[in-house]
Amino acid sequence: MSDSLHVQLTVNGTAREAHVEARTTLADLLREHLGLTGTHIGCEHGVCGVCTVLVDGRATRSCLMLAVQADGAEITTVEGLAEPGGLHPIQEAFAEEHGLQCGFCTPGFLLAIHELLEADPDPAEDTIRDVLGGQICRCTGYQSILRSVHAAAAKMRATRAADAHA
Amino acid sequence: MKPAPLDYAAPTSLAEAVTLLADPDRDVMVIAGGQSLMPMLNMRLARPELLVDLGRVPGLDYIREDGDWLAIGAMTTKRAVEESAVVRDRQPLLHAATCHVGHPQIRNRGTVGGSLAQADPAAEYPAVAVATGAEVRVAGPDGERTIPAAEFFVTYLTTALAPGEVVVELRIPALGSDTGWAFVELARRHGDFAIVGAAVTVDLDAGGAYGDVRIVLFGVGPTPLWAEAAESALRGRPPGADLHAEAAETVRAAIEDPLGDVHATAEYRRHLAGVLVGRALTEAVTRARAARGE
Repeated sequence: MSDSLHVQLTVNGTAREAHVEARTTLADLLREHLGLTGTHIGCEHGVCGVCTVLVDGRATRSCLMLAVQADGAEITTVEGLAEPGGLHPIQEAFAEEHGLQCGFCTPGFLLAIHELLEADPDPAEDTIRDVLGGQICRCTGYQSILRSVHAAAAKMRATRAADAHA
Repeated sequence: MKPAPLDYAAPTSLAEAVTLLADPDRDVMVIAGGQSLMPMLNMRLARPELLVDLGRVPGLDYIREDGDWLAIGAMTTKRAVEESAVVRDRQPLLHAATCHVGHPQIRNRGTVGGSLAQADPAAEYPAVAVATGAEVRVAGPDGERTIPAAEFFVTYLTTALAPGEVVVELRIPALGSDTGWAFVELARRHGDFAIVGAAVTVDLDAGGAYGDVRIVLFGVGPTPLWAEAAESALRGRPPGADLHAEAAETVRAAIEDPLGDVHATAEYRRHLAGVLVGRALTEAVTRARAARGE
């Protein structure tokens, strides 16, 4: 069995590399090899969504992708959403609207919502629910997360409008 | 859990992939988007010696119009199908079914070829392929061949693919502009595998009675169930609640051995199949009439 495959990828804008086993998932590459423990692992079979990251801009279960499959890809994790010490508008909205309690599921929600709002600044309620349906939260009951998405969308629209005027 | 140790190959041509797959001395599996296989690997329900990744094989990711057909490459993601204007316009049944597959986060990776080859009895794509009279193009050590969807799904998680063969394309007829269609399913939560679902197409004759009808159910047996008896009982008769109730009963009678599990009993699945066929026929007829300006 080969146990030392070389993977090169861009994580949060920085070129990274690692030697992994073929069976290593992208989630374990990020956490164990690159030290990016903001990506959490829950069910490890694609149901809970807590390990969701962006792969080439698309929300992806990092437990359902091998690290070697991500060779050459651009990855965004929760650590890459904002500058250290700062918050992305989606993170601000989660804080303001109580979109989290224990916070375990939050990184996955943030990345899934990030993909949605980058593609659609004012998504329909059904579209939001389709995305949130792919992420499990056992604390909030989802209503405050739904409010957080609307609040985040409004913040991001305001930023874009201000940028357009500048 | 984590996958058991395995070897990994990422061929850069279809020929190379087929050669790797055809090795009789090794337990080889194909990985496409991995949205079904990775859970099986993580839970060690699958323990291949060698994983052959189709992700680096060029030329398998496309949606093309080919006369009255659409040709969709095996490595095309569900998300690309969902977002395709061509699919939405010319094969709206496939578009609607795609939106029921998991969530956007799953559709971003899951592929067309993967769903067909996986042949999950509760999955949407096999049912749509049978309902539309689609074909599955496969490549293997002896070259390429095309298999009608109705012959492709053999039983639970088992297809007509021979050792060394791999799905390369779904060929699906475009729906006629006057054809009504409906895709309905019941799942515990949106995005879950369906308990039962139905894919229906309806053409009405000049007098508004049933002409060509296709009814295919999924989640009720080992493969998509093509309800031919119910179809022939509809032909030539005007749509209506009584006729649809009759069709529902015919469909229930055609289900030999519905699966009973923690999600639903066998009897509930049989009952539900009739209910969903009734709803699907009503919806498809409404669309067929609307297409004729009625």
